Amino acid sequence: QNDGYRTLSLSGHVGFASLPDQLVKKSIKQGFCFNILCIGETGSGKSTLINSLFNTSFDDPVSTHFLPSVRLRAQTYELQESNVLLKLTIVNTVGFGDQMNKEDNYRPIVDYIHAQFEAYLQEELKVKRSLFSYHDTRIHVCLYFISPTGHSLKSLDLLTMKRLDSKVNIIPIIGKADSISKTELQKFKNKIMNELINNDVQIYQFPTDDETVSEINTIMNGHLPFAVVGSMEEVKIGNKMVRARRYPWGIVQVENENHCDFVKLRKMLICTNMEDLREQTHIRHYELYRRCRLEEMGFRDIDPENRTVSLQEAIEAERHDFQLELQRKKEEIRQEFVQRMKEKDAILKEAKQQLQTEFEHHMLMLKEARLKLEEMEKGLEDEIAMFIHKKANAELLQSQATFSTPALSLKRDKDRK
Amino acid sequence: AGPVESKNEAAMSELVPESRQKPVVPMKPTGINANLLGYIGIDTIIEQMRKKTMKTGFDFNIMVVGQSGLGKSTLVNTLFKSQVSRKSSGWNREEKIPKTVEIKAIGHVIEEGGVKMKLTVIDTPGFGDQINNENCWEPIEKYINEQYEKFLKEEVNIARKKRIPDTRVHCCLYFISPTGHSLRPLDLEFMKHLSKVVNIIPVIAKADTMTLEEKTEFKQRVRKELEVNGIEFYPQKEFDEDLEDKTENDKIRQESMPFAVVGSDKEYQVNGKRVLGRKTPWGIIEVENLTHCEFALLRDFVIRTHLQDLKEVTHNIHYETYRAKRLNDNGGLPPMTVETEENHESNL
Repeated sequence: QNDGYRTLSLSGHVGFASLPDQLVKKSIKQGFCFNILCIGETGSGKSTLINSLFNTSFDDPVSTHFLPSVRLRAQTYELQESNVLLKLTIVNTVGFGDQMNKEDNYRPIVDYIHAQFEAYLQEELKVKRSLFSYHDTRIHVCLYFISPTGHSLKSLDLLTMKRLDSKVNIIPIIGKADSISKTELQKFKNKIMNELINNDVQIYQFPTDDETVSEINTIMNGHLPFAVVGSMEEVKIGNKMVRARRYPWGIVQVENENHCDFVKLRKMLICTNMEDLREQTHIRHYELYRRCRLEEMGFRDIDPENRTVSLQEAIEAERHDFQLELQRKKEEIRQEFVQRMKEKDAILKEAKQQLQTEFEHHMLMLKEARLKLEEMEKGLEDEIAMFIHKKANAELLQSQATFSTPALSLKRDKDRK
Repeated sequence: AGPVESKNEAAMSELVPESRQKPVVPMKPTGINANLLGYIGIDTIIEQMRKKTMKTGFDFNIMVVGQSGLGKSTLVNTLFKSQVSRKSSGWNREEKIPKTVEIKAIGHVIEEGGVKMKLTVIDTPGFGDQINNENCWEPIEKYINEQYEKFLKEEVNIARKKRIPDTRVHCCLYFISPTGHSLRPLDLEFMKHLSKVVNIIPVIAKADTMTLEEKTEFKQRVRKELEVNGIEFYPQKEFDEDLEDKTENDKIRQESMPFAVVGSDKEYQVNGKRVLGRKTPWGIIEVENLTHCEFALLRDFVIRTHLQDLKEVTHNIHYETYRAKRLNDNGGLPPMTVETEENHESNL
C-alpha cells in the first residue's frame, strides 16, 4: 500500500500531528457549503421539516396546487454555530405531483442538478479559475418525501428516484408520519425498502467503513426511510417547552424518538455524515457527470486504437475535424453561389435574347408598315398626278367647248341647271 | 430566384451551431442571515472533516537546494527526527560531486499521533558545485514544472483518480552559505527565478560559525538584498489573507527570516537531558535551544503552523499560475503528451 516508500520511525516529537488542525482552521476561515434539495408533493411537510431541522423559521411562502409545471425555488442562508459558518442552500420543488400529467415532473429537477454540476465544471475548465473561493451550489443531499399512505410507493416516486439516484445522494423520508400507526409504519417501511431494492434504486447508504461511526450508521441504515414529523409550534410538557403537534387525543413530540425518527434524521444528516455527503457528491456524482459531459463533447482517454490519448490530442483532432467541416461547408456555399450566379446569368441571357427577338420582330413590323405607307403614299401621289392630268384635260376641253358652241354650252349649262 | 435563396439560408444556419438552451431555474441564490433557536450540531462538521483527513493521510514534498557541504541532509534528518537522508552520517569522500545538477526524490512514510504523512525529500546534488554555474537552476525549475505538468495531466483526464497523487514541490529550502558578508550572485539568480514557481524559504546554513552580532547583521543584510532584488520568499506578502495572517507573517518576515540553523542527528547529555547537538571543544551547541540557533523556529514554522498553508499556496497559486499559462500558450488547450518511454511502458 505504501508503493515503494520506506516507513520511518520517528525518534522524537516532530509536530505534524497538528496537520488536521491546520487544515480545519483554514476550512473554518473559508466556511462550509451545504445544499439540500427537498422533493415532495405540495403539503407533504417539506418546509416544516426543514424549519424543525435547523431550528429556524426560514422564509418560505406556502404554494398552491395549481401550478402548471414543476419549478424549483432556491434560497441561501448563513447559519453560524460557535465558530462554524455554514452557507446552507435549500432548494424546494414547487408544484411537484400536482399536475394531471406528471410525466415531466422530474425533468426540471434533473435540469437543476445538472446546471449546478455544469457551473462547477465550467469553473474547473476555465483558464483563470478560483476554485478555492467558489461558492459550491451542487446538491449534496436530496430529501425525498414519501406520502404517508401506508401502502406503497407511488409510481411517480419510483420514476423520480430512479432518475435521480445516479446524480445525487437520496435519503427517502416519510413525511407527516403521525398519520400512520406504529405497526402499519414498520410494514410500510419494509414495503418501501423492498420496492426500492426491486427497482434497483440506489439510495444513499450511511458509510460503514470508519469504525467510530460504522455501528451507528449500520443501525441507521436499517431504519430507512425515516418517518418524520415536523412542527414549529411548541407545547409545554412537564416543565419544558418542546416542539410538538397537539391533537385532541394526545401530543406528538417531534424530538421524542418513540414518536418519530426526527432526531435520527438530524443526527445522520448533520452531526454524523454531512462531510461524507459533500465528499460523495464531489467524488462520485460530480465525477460521473463530468465524465459523461466530456465524452459527450467528444473527448476520450483512449482512442480507437486503444492508445491513451491526452485531452490535448483529442481537442486537436476535434478542432481539425471541425476545420475540415468548416472548409467543406465553405466550399459547398461557394459552389452554391457559383451555381446561382450561373443560373441567374442564364435567365438574364434568355430574357435578353427574348427582348432582342421581340425588338427585331417589332423592327420588321415597322419596316413593313413603312413600306406599306410608302406604297400608299406613292399610290396617292399617282392618283393626285392622274387627277391633275384629268383636271388639265377637262379644263382644256372646257375651254375648247366655249369657243365652238357657246349656245350649246349655254344650253348645256341650262340643261345642267 | 426565390427557391435558390432560401436554400442558401438553410445552408448558413447549419454552420452556426445551436446554442445550448439556458436552464430556466435559479442558479446563484443570495444569502440571508438566519438566527438559530437552538443547538443543531453544525459544528460537528469540524470533527467529521478532521476524521476524514486523518484517514486519507497527507502528502508533503520538500526540496533542499544548496551547495555541497552546507548541511542539507543533516537538517532534513533533524527536522523529521529520522534518517530521511542516508548521507548525513559522515561525509563520504568517495562520493563524487555530480557533473550536472541531479534531482533525487526519495519518499518516506511517517506517522505521528494517528496522522500519516507521505514525505518526499527532493535533493539537488551538484547545485552550485561546478566551475561554471550558469543556469544551474534550470534543471530544478524544469523538475518543478514537470510535477505541475503531471498533476495537470491527471486533472484533465476524463476518468480521474479519486485522489490525484501530489508530487508537486510544496516547499523549497534554499541554503545560504554563512559567509557573513552578503548573498552570492548564484543565490540571487536562483531565488529570483524560482520564487515565481515555488515557495522558497531561505535558510542560513551552519549558523554555528557566526556570533550573535554577526548573525543579526548578516540576516539584516540578506533581507535587504532580497527586498532590493524583488525576491518574494514564503510567506509572500501578497497572499496574506487577513489582518491576523498579515501581522503574524510580518513578524516572521521582518524578524525571524532567514532562519539561521544548525542541524544534527547526534544526541548529547546536557543538564541531565538528552538533546540533539554538535559537540565542539568549546561547548555543545544545542540544536533545539532558541538561544543557540533558530532551528526550532524553522521547524515550528514549516511543520507545526504553516505546513497546510505551504500546500495550499502551492495548489491555489503556483499551480494555478502554471496551469493558466500552459492553457493560454496552447490556445486554451491542455498540454500535448510527448510519447516518452514512460507512456510507452504503461501501455505494455
